[in-house]
Amino acid sequence: MFKKFIKNARAKSPWIMHFDCGSCNGCDIETLACLTPLYDVERFGIINVGNPKHADVLLVTGTVNHRNKAVLKNLYDQMPEPKAVVAIGACGLSGGVFRDCYNVVGGVDKVIPVDVYVPGCPAKPEAIIDGVVRALAKFEEKKAG
Amino acid sequence: MQSRQGPPILQAFYDVAKLMGKDQMLSNRWQILCCWVYLVAAALAVGMFFARADLLLIFFVQAAGAVFLVMGALSVKSPYSQVGAQRELVQILTYEPLLILVFVGMYLVVGSFDVGDILAYQTPLLRKLPLMFIVLSYALTIKLRKSPFDFSTSHHGHQELVKGVMTEYSGPALGLIEMAHWYETVLILGVCSLFWATSWIWMAVLLVATYFAELVIDNTMARMTWRWMLKYVWSIGLALTFINFIWLHAG
Repeated sequence: MFKKFIKNARAKSPWIMHFDCGSCNGCDIETLACLTPLYDVERFGIINVGNPKHADVLLVTGTVNHRNKAVLKNLYDQMPEPKAVVAIGACGLSGGVFRDCYNVVGGVDKVIPVDVYVPGCPAKPEAIIDGVVRALAKFEEKKAG
Repeated sequence: MQSRQGPPILQAFYDVAKLMGKDQMLSNRWQILCCWVYLVAAALAVGMFFARADLLLIFFVQAAGAVFLVMGALSVKSPYSQVGAQRELVQILTYEPLLILVFVGMYLVVGSFDVGDILAYQTPLLRKLPLMFIVLSYALTIKLRKSPFDFSTSHHGHQELVKGVMTEYSGPALGLIEMAHWYETVLILGVCSLFWATSWIWMAVLLVATYFAELVIDNTMARMTWRWMLKYVWSIGLALTFINFIWLHAG
């Protein structure tokens, strides 16, 4: 029963961390718009935390390049299990229009495992909320360790 | 801004249940001891309060817990954790003397530090110590780490201190700290309830009104600096205490 309560509680209290791998700021603005009173995702218990040690869901925007891939990996490693990763926007998915640049690694999934992909340039807040909800379904199923 | 719906009332319990189901990820073993001592001390203080023990003893037990929280944060090299710990120390330094003065005020009226004796006192303490209640509400705001005194944790996790003293705690350890914080809230509200212990209804009204005022203050105030807190809370708190004690002595 206690385990079931913990499992239910997970879906009700996802703390997100938002990492910008050098996006144009479009996706970041849309992501942060979700937290404003207009969309008010805080009513689902979603809190934007700045600390990977407290975070459950990692939202990544922008193109991963050779400079920041180590930072992204480091942040991911510092999050305690169970955790979920959402890649947001065309750049996060594949590198977007920058995919052929010499410094670009490509999508977020080249560096860390991604659970949910949210397309768009920029991704709409509705799509981002939808992506986080899908990530939660996966996050709920994951076991600790 | 405040017209949004906001999280459900059980959110705090969901948060802790989720944290309990996460992996343990700590920087050193010292942290585990510190968060457990913090929780046990807070729970013991509440237990002693309801067992009607001595107020001073309760005070020392909760103070020991508060100090262990700071030690846990100081045991890690992270600058956020360190700065948070230093600020938490200043917060403890600010509210502890005021809390002691509130207990002394109760002693001056009742003649005993014992919770049982204070509860047995016939007239509401609020009538004799109205200003001490304001002093206690300052201590409550600092203890709950609410604005304008929330600088050891910075309230929201994405702000400049990324949770200050709690930065380096994660998963179950963070859950324990949250639970200890609930106990501390209960303890301080319990001390508030002593101010109108003659009637259950008025006690409940006083507690609800105090906690509601706490939330309003938290939502309408911006964070200030610790220097401002020391100057402001000590000067106002000591002045109020002085006036109340003189009035008590004269009356």
